[in-house]
Amino acid sequence: MTALYESQRAMRAMRKAAMQRGVIAILDVGTSKIACLVLRFDGPERFRDGDGVGSMAGQSSFRVIGAATTRSRGVRFGEIEAMHETERGIRTAVQAAQKMAEVRVDHVIACIGGGEPRSYGLAGAIDLDGQAVSEQDVARVLASCDVPDFGPGREVLHAQPVNFALDHRSGLRDPRGQIGNRLACDMHLLTIDGTVIRNILHCVKRCDLELAGLASSAYVSGVSSLVEDEQELGAACVDMGGGATGLSIFIKKHMIYADSVRLGGDHVTSDISKGLQVPLAIAERIKTVHGGVVATSMDDREMIELGGETGDWEHDRRTVSRAELIGIMRPRVEEILEEVRARLDAAGFEYLPSQQIVLTGGASQIPGLDGLAPKILGQQVRIGRPLRVQGLPQAASDSAFSSAVGLCLFAAHPQDEWWDFEIPTDRYPVRSLRRAVKWFKDNW
Amino acid sequence: MRSLIPQLSRGDRADPAPSRLAYRLNRLLLTPLFHRSLRIGLPLCILAISVAVVALSPERRETVALWVEDVKLSVQQRPEFMVKLMAIDGASDRVAEAIREIVPVHFPVSSFDLDLPAMQRTIAGLDAVARADLRIRPGGILQVRVSERMPVVVWRQRGRIEMLDVTGQRVATLDARTDRPDLPLIAGRGAQQLVDEALELVAAARPLDDRLRGLVRVGERRWDVMLEDDRRILLPEVSPVRALEQVLALHQAQEILDRDVELVDMRNPRRPTVRLAQAAAENLRRIKQIEMGVRTE
Repeated sequence: MTALYESQRAMRAMRKAAMQRGVIAILDVGTSKIACLVLRFDGPERFRDGDGVGSMAGQSSFRVIGAATTRSRGVRFGEIEAMHETERGIRTAVQAAQKMAEVRVDHVIACIGGGEPRSYGLAGAIDLDGQAVSEQDVARVLASCDVPDFGPGREVLHAQPVNFALDHRSGLRDPRGQIGNRLACDMHLLTIDGTVIRNILHCVKRCDLELAGLASSAYVSGVSSLVEDEQELGAACVDMGGGATGLSIFIKKHMIYADSVRLGGDHVTSDISKGLQVPLAIAERIKTVHGGVVATSMDDREMIELGGETGDWEHDRRTVSRAELIGIMRPRVEEILEEVRARLDAAGFEYLPSQQIVLTGGASQIPGLDGLAPKILGQQVRIGRPLRVQGLPQAASDSAFSSAVGLCLFAAHPQDEWWDFEIPTDRYPVRSLRRAVKWFKDNW
Repeated sequence: MRSLIPQLSRGDRADPAPSRLAYRLNRLLLTPLFHRSLRIGLPLCILAISVAVVALSPERRETVALWVEDVKLSVQQRPEFMVKLMAIDGASDRVAEAIREIVPVHFPVSSFDLDLPAMQRTIAGLDAVARADLRIRPGGILQVRVSERMPVVVWRQRGRIEMLDVTGQRVATLDARTDRPDLPLIAGRGAQQLVDEALELVAAARPLDDRLRGLVRVGERRWDVMLEDDRRILLPEVSPVRALEQVLALHQAQEILDRDVELVDMRNPRRPTVRLAQAAAENLRRIKQIEMGVRTE
């Protein structure tokens, strides 16, 4: 635990150094593509003219100066499976983005889609004796949360305090300076498989880059595709990626739950490939060009040429109606959505005041998904696209890039995590100076 | 897993990923300091090395110097830059001759070899030249525009007769006074410094034009007006013109200069003094004696 905190603090320091230098890279290693964006920070509101609330709610302190995507290799279910292949993919993306940005980047912030994320709700409380809450008290109450046993080999990815309560008043955003007798806090802890982190760390190291931050891709796509009142009132973001579908639940602008389903668009492709006896590349093309999930009578007449290069004329000249294609795709999409529904039910999503569900990610672009999803997920479903950020190319602004854009926002405005708060003085070494100061404060 | 036999199936394009070395080199090139040193430092370095290679060996240095001189000469000797003749404007024949004599140029010559300021100084150094403008006209002509000094007086000094302009500058030497009878004559030490005052006096003395012989500077402080028959008018140091006008007024009223007067002394303007000639003085005394009834021998 302490080692992780050390590494998280080190990453924070590195992120600050990168911000000081002004250039940082965003790396989204997904199952179907690897995206790299290069951000330039030029101080707050540099690109803004005029008064009032800044463009994009003040999110415009950075600008995307380089963007590149490449086909991902060696990644399955959002986890790195063949290190060298993935490393080459990262190198391709980073070099192309650097070329576009004409600047060298040394720090990257990466996101992880797989690794079987698990959410834990933590609670802690301390007595205050009627004194004003100080930073040390916040540190103590965070330290008093009892950490569940999440098993060996798992690492904490996010640990965000989501709520503070002072006596009978709950929902405080910042309890400092207020007076009460009892301070309580709720914390959301997200753990993922440690080997996944280690693999991506190794890949990034091999590319001569330094990791300046890690985030869950379900979380960052929620940050980019949920609008502000959805985050405030309660909503779920479903990031339908290539190999895994991440889902995150937000309320009061905090993530309270995250999970992932190990199913995605690649499974639809492989279904098409198996069902129509075509190679994966052709199946992918058929899916993106002709795919759909709601069949109409028109689709019976629309015939799709399958093509092929086997040399067998009969085999290469086959056609299939679009209705048949939809018949292959729909069960798999339904399965994904039902799995998501099951996870949401397990998380208790139905108890939230607002039950908005936002579908994003590359697989959410299947035509007709907005007709199918409400049948499974409930009425409040919309297809979301990520926030627009300065300088992002048009090609990188569709919903497949919601986690990359979310990482940009995460880099610019990171959420306070456990390791960003002070360390309680009694956790310091015995000979620490701060402990002496605390003793003086208490006794004088 | 690496397959033992590299498979190149159709449609499988080459790996777009850069090798690790290419990736590192690319990043190195994008490093600002390295990039700048490569862009500025490398050319500078090559330049410095080539200069050093040339400069360190005397033979090469000489070769380069010779080559530079050669190129320079070949440009300077182009027909566009050659000057073929000199044209002199605004000078009399004698002055033009003198200018051609003192400017030692052998045409044709390259305009780069002409030192126009020095030539201008030389020409302006001639006494007869007030101002000289030189320029090289298109077509290879050295144009000299000269304005000559205007002689206004003749100055006699220690047996030499010279012409002076208004500022007292020497213009030319005369062989004889009669060469320029139209110019007034001045003499005496320091006369050349006050040519303008002398001219004023000459202008004031116009009523006795035919009698005026010249002006003499006495003791470098005042003027004497010399008239014919060795008569003189002695003028004061200050405002000599007024004193001369006074004498002329006297002459108009009493015809003083028509009488047998040797000298009119105006050195003290409030008390004009007249010296009679010897014979006139004796005559005057005799008349006075007769008037007084004194018998004479």
